[in-house]
Amino acid sequence: MSDDIKVKDGLRESATFDRTTMTEIRRAAETGIYDIRGFGAKRKLPHFDDLLFLGASMSRYPLEGYREKCNTSVTLGTRFAKKPIVLDIPVTIAGMSFGALSANAKEALGRGASLMGTSTTTGDGGMTPEERGQSSKLVYQYLPSRYGMNPDDLRKADAIEVVLGQGAKPGGGGMLLGQKITDRVAKMRTLPMGVDQRSACRHPDWTGPDDLAIKIQELREITDWQVPIYIKVGATRTYYDVKLAVKAGADVIVVDGMQGGTAATQDVFIEHVGIPTLAAIPQAVRALQEMGMHRKVQLIVSGGIRNGADVAKCMALGADAVAIGTAALVALGCNHPMYEEEFKKIGSAAGFYDDYHEGKDPAGISTQDPELMKRLDPVDGGRRLANYLNVLTLEAQTLARACGKNDLRNLEPEDLVALTVESAAMANVPLAGTSWIPGKGF
Amino acid sequence: MKTINLTEQTVRDLNQALHDQAIECTEREWEVLEPKGQHNIACGLDQNLSVDIKGPTGYYCAGMNKKAHVTIHGNAGQGVAENMMSGTVRVKGDASQAAGATAHGGLLVIEGNAAARCGISMKGVDIVVKGNVGHMSCFMGQAGSLVVCGDAGDALGDSLYETHIYVKGEVKSLGADCIQKEMREEHIEELTELLNRAGVDEDPVAFKRYGSARQLYNFKVDNTSAY
Repeated sequence: MSDDIKVKDGLRESATFDRTTMTEIRRAAETGIYDIRGFGAKRKLPHFDDLLFLGASMSRYPLEGYREKCNTSVTLGTRFAKKPIVLDIPVTIAGMSFGALSANAKEALGRGASLMGTSTTTGDGGMTPEERGQSSKLVYQYLPSRYGMNPDDLRKADAIEVVLGQGAKPGGGGMLLGQKITDRVAKMRTLPMGVDQRSACRHPDWTGPDDLAIKIQELREITDWQVPIYIKVGATRTYYDVKLAVKAGADVIVVDGMQGGTAATQDVFIEHVGIPTLAAIPQAVRALQEMGMHRKVQLIVSGGIRNGADVAKCMALGADAVAIGTAALVALGCNHPMYEEEFKKIGSAAGFYDDYHEGKDPAGISTQDPELMKRLDPVDGGRRLANYLNVLTLEAQTLARACGKNDLRNLEPEDLVALTVESAAMANVPLAGTSWIPGKGF
Repeated sequence: MKTINLTEQTVRDLNQALHDQAIECTEREWEVLEPKGQHNIACGLDQNLSVDIKGPTGYYCAGMNKKAHVTIHGNAGQGVAENMMSGTVRVKGDASQAAGATAHGGLLVIEGNAAARCGISMKGVDIVVKGNVGHMSCFMGQAGSLVVCGDAGDALGDSLYETHIYVKGEVKSLGADCIQKEMREEHIEELTELLNRAGVDEDPVAFKRYGSARQLYNFKVDNTSAY
């Protein structure tokens, strides 16, 4: 029933039991199992669209957009690593596994990131030669499963990211269903072909921050203290997590908000666990500032970053860089309307497709099907990603210059106001047109 | 033989000296004195070295070992030989939790007992324990073999993939999808070879074999009560 008919006939849809809810109840009743899907939270959340920049005015003067420089580079891992990682732009590619993604997709991500002088990140399943070969700066994830983990790849990495959780499913492990466990994926993960692979939700050889400090020291010893060590957490108790991560010895902390994507997990997990990215950043920054470690331990933020405004707003709130996952896949061609007919055949539609776990992605990105994989040319995909990263950077620079800043990291909370009471409270910036920050008085 | 005393030099000094051997091997015999339970001793080795550690070690001793032969003359802390790739690690005493966790290859011998989660998520290593192992040992074991000459605690082999488990003594309980299996001739041969490599004098015929029932390999609604 279209909305027009619904209105014309005087019918009223329940806000509580809307059509999406009813469809899910019927699906659950028919199958007896929860819904598994990819992508990130689809519900409406307080987000960066709820913030606005205060451009230059009488009290501040702007920088000339086409003449005056605005620095975008950032150095990560200055705390302990002998070789910190220098990024030309403050936008990195988040961890996504070979297995969840095709080899071509991983290669395209590496190519695009390298063209823009930034880093990409491995995922649950190890490091592929394609990815290492095409990534000038590669972050190697150290995950609970330790699939494919080995000291040779560890030493090839430009940084190591110890993953405690991710925004789409803080407290949950990974999942890669059997249809994507091809011979190559199985060998890399030491698993039988075709099994439904479950990744553990916590690390097998340490529990708690005191153990983590020793684990980080082990990784530093194995790599002779050369490369930065990141700690990645899903956004939940962010203030405390960041403090503990600093105490455990992190060089860089990655906070992934609940809009962050996943290859596969329960829908109930994606939609009901974690906090929005917007709410997590001020908590993380406050924790770092209280410890005197803001800008000394760098902060990367991810989860729902879509455009240069989102990048600039994250940095104004205190992040040193951002990471993108879903947006990078869209840049490669994920959910592209050119595959509309094929999306229909698998019961989906362009712009709605989230069954990454089924391995039938018509765009050839979240699949291991050899025929589908061919649809993504890694060179072309890399170029598209580089274009997109360039636009993000240009947009963020535009906003920074408008605020009179010659470095993206000079953006500050004072440059922002909020459109809603909720976003004002979460971001800790005034409601637009007032000097009121909820919880802080006038 | 090169001797390093860890009351006089740091673990960093030791590990760097051992790592340097991967580039140019100048000394194959190493002795480490007075480890005093320090963490991360001799981790990340990548050369055919013989390292004798004369005393107890802390967490992650011989972590990610490749090629080297490390002997701990004492007890080992958590995660000894974690993610080992090859070589041999021998613990003369007891080992704490998660011994051999996620290890991909090589041989880990524990002459005493091993605590909980011995061989958790193991991916190809062979582990021989002369004593007992604690609960949840071999949890999510993917490949390789675990040999227990004593008893095993609760939930042995929970959510097991393809690791072979041999236990001589009592098993307090088996984990989800782990079952006792027939001990065929090829298993006797495999176990004999493992015991010989470990230098453990036991009769292979006295052991029972456990492995995956493979009922949880693909998610089925009917299996949810197993978790």
